[in-house]
Amino acid sequence: MTGAALSALPAALRADALGVVLGGRPVLHGVSATLVPGWTAIVGPNGAGKSTLLRALAGLQAAHSGGVWLGDRPLAQVRPAERARHIAWLAQQGEVSGELTVRETVALGRIAHLGLLGTPGAADAAAVDRAMALTECSAWAQRRLQALSGGERQRVLLARALATEAPVLLLDEPTTHLDAPHQVALARLFRQLAARHSVVTVLHDLPIAVHADRLLVLRDGRLQADGDPRRPAVQQALVAVFDGAVQLSPRAGAGAAPAVSLALDVPVVAPLPPCGLKE
Amino acid sequence: MNPPTAFTGAANVAVATATATTAAAASATATAAATATATTAAVTTAAVTTTAVPPPVSDRQRRRRLVAVLLAVGLLALLAGLVTGSGGFAPRDFWAELQGEQAGLILGQIRAPRTLGALLVGALLGLGGALSQGVFRNPLADPYLLGTAAGAGLGVVLVLAGASLSGLAISLATAAWLERVGLVVAAFVGALGGVLLTLSLAQGAVQTLRLLLAGVVVGVLLGAVSDLVTVVSPDALRGKQAFLLGSTSFLGWPALALMAGGLLLLGGLALRHARALDALTLGEDSAASLGLDLVRVRLLLVVLLAGATALAVSQAGLVAFVGLVAPHLVRRHAPGPHAWLLAASAAMGAVLLVVADVLSRALIPPQELPVGVVTAVLGGFYLLLLLKRRGLS
Repeated sequence: MTGAALSALPAALRADALGVVLGGRPVLHGVSATLVPGWTAIVGPNGAGKSTLLRALAGLQAAHSGGVWLGDRPLAQVRPAERARHIAWLAQQGEVSGELTVRETVALGRIAHLGLLGTPGAADAAAVDRAMALTECSAWAQRRLQALSGGERQRVLLARALATEAPVLLLDEPTTHLDAPHQVALARLFRQLAARHSVVTVLHDLPIAVHADRLLVLRDGRLQADGDPRRPAVQQALVAVFDGAVQLSPRAGAGAAPAVSLALDVPVVAPLPPCGLKE
Repeated sequence: MNPPTAFTGAANVAVATATATTAAAASATATAAATATATTAAVTTAAVTTTAVPPPVSDRQRRRRLVAVLLAVGLLALLAGLVTGSGGFAPRDFWAELQGEQAGLILGQIRAPRTLGALLVGALLGLGGALSQGVFRNPLADPYLLGTAAGAGLGVVLVLAGASLSGLAISLATAAWLERVGLVVAAFVGALGGVLLTLSLAQGAVQTLRLLLAGVVVGVLLGAVSDLVTVVSPDALRGKQAFLLGSTSFLGWPALALMAGGLLLLGGLALRHARALDALTLGEDSAASLGLDLVRVRLLLVVLLAGATALAVSQAGLVAFVGLVAPHLVRRHAPGPHAWLLAASAAMGAVLLVVADVLSRALIPPQELPVGVVTAVLGGFYLLLLLKRRGLS
């Protein structure tokens, strides 16, 4: 199977002094990072360049200076189909038009694997089934994407990315719209996938992000820290880029990720009147 | 790739959400204790899934039903097309006509080619409409958007004006083969020229909005030029009007062969790239990330769209609404991926135009309405109906 062959011999994806300019405004400055198998979370305040970095890594955003490399080749020179077999990308806001069913949507992840005739084979069907099982959307296989809620749609689109069986998964805000149980399930899924994939997630949810193997902390387009979220230097950078609006506290247990909370000091003025909560 | 640990964990979470609706207990505690409920989990999820899944047959059934309806209506309309002549829809006279001396001429050279011609023009327009709505990701896109209509109109007007200035009077009704070929070629060249102008203004097919705006600009500009020509040479106005209304009256066998060949080629290529249109429904970046060479695929799809439209327009003028309504009807009654949409829209367009062609001959015999007027009225009413229903819901 091609997916297994690729992940057995992954060509590393790396950004090398990557600079990106959008609409005349520099968005990324000399960002360098090599992606290895494991779970990497890109974090930082709004406008830090997180999504742009992910798009550049996916080959969807041209570099202004420096570049992105897949193995020993510039990513821009890799043919689109080959690139798609190495790198899967999930959009931040899953915009959707048309009337595809869930299964048809997930099957789009196999496009780069289809031969000249373009007919999907048993391996493709198996990959689609696996991806749908992993994000728990098998039950809706025949429903239309338009008829799903935001969170359900997000899981389908994630399955679409997983169905590519690419060794590098670039996921922009994959936990958006998800309820707490599914956020937890997704974090477990990333952990599981990280054994054989480079899972790179842009995350606003810091409590989830600190469970990654590696944090890329961005601010104003510059990489402020790159490393294990349990390292003090990384944690200090994290607090610094959010202007001290978050607090990290150690948790019990060897190797546990730190607990994250908002540094809220807004006083509660008066006790609220009873509001008749339903039991 | 699929070890049991995380999957069962995920299954438990699903149960946590399912039970959360019945017991208002905080789902956080449910997830924390998720492993404990592992055995009951499988049972509950199974129960949940069986109730949540809608009957999976409906999609295929709807498509099959649409195919059956299109086949039945199409066959009936084709028969009606053979039976309907200058005397209107007259099945009783048909037998006499068959026995008559001119049966071969009337049926073989007039009614059969124009009816089959309507079928092919409709199919090309339906295909063009489905392509257009897929490429522009807009259900209101129309095959004439890219400057084909204005370009073809200008081509026709230029030839008519040139002919009238040089003393020849030709029109769509002229039987002389050479002159007719001149008009068809002019319309085809004009339509393709309009698209090329649009593409060059939009700097390729990369940006959808740019392409749409360029199409509008080209439409206005070329329309103005052809208006100017008709001011200088008023004789061209009549021929232009006939062209603008659309007509299936003058289709002969050579035109049919050309359109059939074109439909096979363009339709085949379009079907091969149907998956790209499916991918585009997820957004352009997602489609690109799936390994599609968007610049190349989009250009190819636009060329196919332009080719189908130019071919139809050059043979039958600007037949309104078929390209817009056919994909709409298909999507409304039997939605599906683009491989299905493209094929079914072509079939729907074909059936619609054959029906409209029969109506155009049968409504007020011996007068014949331009088929474009019939499609415009039918299409207009359909959209009005749609608007009213949407407004109420």
